[in-house]
Amino acid sequence: MEPKSTTNIFNKETWANFGLLATLPLCAIGVYIWWVIYHYLPDLSAWATYSILPLEKGSHLGASVEFFLYDTPKVMMLLFLVVFGVGILRSFFTPEKTRAFLSGKSEFAGNVFAALLGIVTPFCSCSAVPLFIGFVTAGVPLGVTFSFLIAAPMVNEIALGLLYGLLGWKVAAIYMGTGLFIAIVAGWVIGRLKLENHIEDWVTQANISAVSIEEEKLTFNDRIIYGWDAVKEIIGRVWIYVILGIAVGAGIHGFVPQGVMASIMGKGSWWSVPLSVVIGVPMYSNAAGIIPVVEALLGKGAALGTVLAFMMSVIALSLPELVILRKVLKPRLIATFVGVVASGILLVGYLFNMII
Amino acid sequence: MEIKVLGPGCAKCNKTAKMIEDVIKETGADATVEKVTDMMQIASYGVFGTPSVIIDNDVKCTGKVPKKDDIKAWLNK
Repeated sequence: MEPKSTTNIFNKETWANFGLLATLPLCAIGVYIWWVIYHYLPDLSAWATYSILPLEKGSHLGASVEFFLYDTPKVMMLLFLVVFGVGILRSFFTPEKTRAFLSGKSEFAGNVFAALLGIVTPFCSCSAVPLFIGFVTAGVPLGVTFSFLIAAPMVNEIALGLLYGLLGWKVAAIYMGTGLFIAIVAGWVIGRLKLENHIEDWVTQANISAVSIEEEKLTFNDRIIYGWDAVKEIIGRVWIYVILGIAVGAGIHGFVPQGVMASIMGKGSWWSVPLSVVIGVPMYSNAAGIIPVVEALLGKGAALGTVLAFMMSVIALSLPELVILRKVLKPRLIATFVGVVASGILLVGYLFNMII
Repeated sequence: MEIKVLGPGCAKCNKTAKMIEDVIKETGADATVEKVTDMMQIASYGVFGTPSVIIDNDVKCTGKVPKKDDIKAWLNK
C-alpha cells in the first residue's frame, strides 16, 4: 500500500485552501488598480483627444471623440466590476431554487418575490420558454411567472451598474424602483385577468417529468470562478452593443445642439412619452447598449420620464422575445402582456415628467 | 451511451455539443450526441435552463456550459 501524502502539491484540496488565501489579496490589489485607472480616465481621454489626435477643443468632432474615448473604457470597467460582483452573488441562486420558492406563494406576495428574485436569478432570454413552462407546470401562478419574466431582463445588474456609474445613484434607484413596480403590478394584473386558458395547450398537456437535480456544493473559489465566467460570458456578448451605443451617444453629444432634445423629448410635449414607447418596443438592445444613448439624450435636455420610458420599452419588450414567447402563449395573452407592460411604462414616464 | 444536448440553438448550446463531440473523439468513447432543439421536447425533460445535458435519460447538468473534466467523467462511467 502506498502511503498517503498529506503535502502533495497536486492535491486538489491543498490548492483550494491556498486559492482562498491567495484570491482575497489578489482581488484587493485588482480593485485598487481598477480604481486608480478609473480615477484618471477623464484626464486620459482629454489628453488622448486633444494631444495625440489633431482635434481642437470646442469642435463638434472633438467633443464626440472625447465622449467616446472617455465612456468606452469607463463603461467597460464598470461592467467588469458589476458583472463580477453580481456573478458571485448569483452563484447562490438558481432557477430551480427560485421556482421551488415561488410555487405555492399567494398572489400578491408571490408577485413581489418573483420580481425581486428576477434581479438575482441567472436568466437568459434564450431560455425564457423552458423557464416559463417549468414555472407554470410546477404550480407557480401565471401572474407570478410574468412578474419574474418582466423583471429578469429589465432590472438587472448590468442596467443598475451602468445607471449608477453614468447617471448617479438617484437615477439607478428610480429605475430599480419603477422597474420592480411595473413587474409586480403588470404580473398581478395578468394574474387577475385569469388568462390561464390562453397558454398553448401543449404546455399544460405535456407530460413533464419532474427531475431533481443534485445541488452542487460550491466553495468560495468556485464562486469566484463563477463570477469570472460571468464576466467572460456577458462582456463577450455585450461589448459590441456597448461600443455601438457609445458611438451613437457620442454623435448625439457632439453634434446635436444643446436643448434640441428639450423640444422633442422634453416635458412640454405630451406625446413624447407614448412616442418613445412606440419607437422603443420593436427596438432590441440590452441595457449596456441603450444606457450610453440615454446619458447623451439627458445631457441634451431630454426629460427623465421620457428617457426612462424609452429605455424600459427597449429593454423589457422586444420583438425577438415575443416571437420566442409565442410558442407557449396564444396571441391574446401576448397582446395582454405587451399592453399591460407598455401601460406601466407610460405611467412611469408621465409620473416622472410630472414630479421632476 | 446516448447523449442529448437540450437547447434552442443558442451559442452556449452549440458550444456544449461541440465540446462533448470533441471529448468523444479524444477518448474514443462509445457515445452518440444528439441536439434537441424542439421546445416541447426540451420541456418534457423537466429542465428549464439551457443548455442541459442528458445522458441515458439522466440529467447531468443544466443552465450552463459544462467543464471539460466533467464531460470526461460522465463519459468514463
